[in-house]
Amino acid sequence: MKYIEEFRDQTTGQKLAAVIAQEVQEGREYRFMEFCGGHTHAIFRFGLPDILPTNIRMIHGPGCPVCVLPMSRIDQAIAFAKLPNVTLCCYGDMMRVPGGQRTSLIKAKAEGADVKMVLSPHDALTFAQENPHREVVFFAIGFETTTPPTAVILKQAAQLGLKNFSVSCNHVLTPPALKWLLDSCTSEQGDTPPLDGFVGPSHVSAIIGTKPYEIASRDYGKPVVITGFEPLDVLQAILMLVRQVNAGESKVENEYSRAVTQDGNIKAQKLMHEVFDLRDSFEWRGLGVIPHSALKIRESYATYDAERRYDVPVTAPQENPACQCPAILRGAKEPYDCKLFGKVCTPDNPMGACMVSSEGGCAAAYSYGRKRLKEAS
Amino acid sequence: MCLAIPALITKLMDDDRAIANVAGVNHEISLALVEGVQVGDYVMVHVGYALSKLDQEEAQKTLKLFDEMYEAGGYPKLGAAS
Amino acid sequence: MKLDLEKGRVDLTHGSGGRAMHDLISNLFAKHFDNPLLAEGNDQAICKIPESYGSNPCLSVSTDSFVISPLFFPGGNIGNLAVHGTVNDVALAGAKPLWLTAGFILEEGFPLVDLTKIVASMAQAAQEADVQIVTGDTKVVPKGKADGLFINTTGVGVVLVDPLPSVRQIEVGDAIIINGPIGDHAVAIMAARENLKFDEELLSDCASLNGLIEAMVQSGTVIHAMRDPTRGGLSATLNEMATSAKVGIHLDEAAIPVRPAVKGVCEILGLDPLNLANEGKLIAFCPQDQAEPLLQAMRAHPLGCEAVVIGHTTDNPHCFVEMKTKLGGVRMVDWLTGDQLPRIC
Repeated sequence: MKYIEEFRDQTTGQKLAAVIAQEVQEGREYRFMEFCGGHTHAIFRFGLPDILPTNIRMIHGPGCPVCVLPMSRIDQAIAFAKLPNVTLCCYGDMMRVPGGQRTSLIKAKAEGADVKMVLSPHDALTFAQENPHREVVFFAIGFETTTPPTAVILKQAAQLGLKNFSVSCNHVLTPPALKWLLDSCTSEQGDTPPLDGFVGPSHVSAIIGTKPYEIASRDYGKPVVITGFEPLDVLQAILMLVRQVNAGESKVENEYSRAVTQDGNIKAQKLMHEVFDLRDSFEWRGLGVIPHSALKIRESYATYDAERRYDVPVTAPQENPACQCPAILRGAKEPYDCKLFGKVCTPDNPMGACMVSSEGGCAAAYSYGRKRLKEAS
Repeated sequence: MCLAIPALITKLMDDDRAIANVAGVNHEISLALVEGVQVGDYVMVHVGYALSKLDQEEAQKTLKLFDEMYEAGGYPKLGAAS
Repeated sequence: MKLDLEKGRVDLTHGSGGRAMHDLISNLFAKHFDNPLLAEGNDQAICKIPESYGSNPCLSVSTDSFVISPLFFPGGNIGNLAVHGTVNDVALAGAKPLWLTAGFILEEGFPLVDLTKIVASMAQAAQEADVQIVTGDTKVVPKGKADGLFINTTGVGVVLVDPLPSVRQIEVGDAIIINGPIGDHAVAIMAARENLKFDEELLSDCASLNGLIEAMVQSGTVIHAMRDPTRGGLSATLNEMATSAKVGIHLDEAAIPVRPAVKGVCEILGLDPLNLANEGKLIAFCPQDQAEPLLQAMRAHPLGCEAVVIGHTTDNPHCFVEMKTKLGGVRMVDWLTGDQLPRIC
């Protein structure tokens, strides 16, 4: 697979690991956060913790849109799906995520709700066109990577004058979450331990460019390296971060230059701006309320906003009090620090945000790295 | 948090649609978010949409850089993959 | 009404035990499955075990129900899958499958032309596997109560080896061998559903493995255990076997064969090939010193020509299945509860 396999080459991986091992300073711990859940997944999937020197600690960030979606929004999606004549279209990632009453979309489907898994927003729109007598709701989630496709279908729905289509918008933004983390790890009140730098998101950056990350280097003195998803990208980025830290620098660097430019995708940014507006605030599971961190559908597209179209109850479910996800999502604790991890809380029976998605810190640690916990105990 | 993969554009269609190929697998995608994509280009595809063109020159530069970092350090040659 | 196998459809009379059902059986099922035992026309088949299998042979019996959708997929259909699946389950005990039963639950309205295609492929699969379909059953349920049709097959075979291959025989240090690339069946199905097209068509690997298994058994090599990684894929089967045998497993990712097109689909859909279903693959556990002769015996058979060692068992109290990745790090291969779903994140 061109431009994939070359970035997974074992010999090159060994070389990069050797260079990193040579350049880390003895006795010094390097704490880097990979913001994005896709990087968490890649780190574990390729077994990178085994080939990195032990003084590199990767802290798993909150960049998992499935993990940070509050349970009340899952409940809302389930409520839409249970409305008469409604087909709820959603990504596979959302099907098993538990809502407030330990229900989920897959359980609602078993109970008779019409829930249809789609691979693309385009499929949801096509389904609506082909089934004019069904009310179709698309459950839209994701950071800035996944937002522009939702914007495309909203615009297309308006152009087609579709009468039976709407979107439940749960898109969230990366820079506000990054700022929240930076505040948490630099303030006295925050409990995120000091971070030395960030492995920056791959495809969010393809959309928003590299400029939004300058806040980290300019205002907080933390280096950021925008990184591709393949293991060689991650190793290269860690090397670049180690070098910056050793030199006392804090710049934004772009390792993923083959897909990311400084300005990003202007066409996608304009389209997002045309269709979406900022919510005043949004609750992030595990992080709490962050102002101006999520999107809603503009007034001009109100007909296609499921929240305005349907009246469903708003729930306020409670998290399990023993769940440590809030601390884990902001890097203050590790999965192994949570007493529910691996016992009550597993990918089959997720108690909290970090276990629900395969790229959540706890799910990745459990599925790929649990041997470490067992060997330690 | 967003899986996107490099795919080769093999055919352009109407309405900003195209055929993308990954390892011999062809699927239909949208080019609504990109501009100037031609047959033979590589694009990054996420949820059936091309998000950006893959800069093939930059890709080669990045791969070369991996090796250069190692060579510059004067490390011993590594054997074949174990 | 005369049975119209071209344009007709299943209706409730075909399951009611009367003349319509008799017509369906004799003009379709019995015609294609034709053999002396079935031709007796009784409610049961009396099967005599050939004397060549000794005076007190052990029987291997297995049953499976097939509910796959879509019914027709590249490389097969629910019919030949129903034969291959049960033949394999019987044969994996180191047995020679001899007889199958076939029970059909048909949905009212199902086109008889499709039923004919399915039954014809079952007959062909049975002939290729050298088994006979000797008895069966037909039921019809109202429209909407079955996904076109469901098939149950039960197989009976005679065990050829002693001791029987079984998880109880697995030891630490055993080599683990697979007969070919993984994920073909699942991807062929997914591609049909998701409208993915291939430069070179990818077919389901569904096949009867009894010929390969017989060749392996007759080679005289010691085989501790065998199983087929069907639903849940290699990851589920290996985790199951490790837990039952109380061993750990260490795999080498670079050694596990996966076709490029399967890798491509997995990248597109965010799937792991280790979790994908196979219908023509088997895993064999054998002592390390038997691996080479067993590989040779397998590679001499068409369904084993790509056989490779993919790992070995270890002494691990937690029965973890671990894998050395292509990058050289080690990660766990987890045991999923349900089907793997495509992901965007």
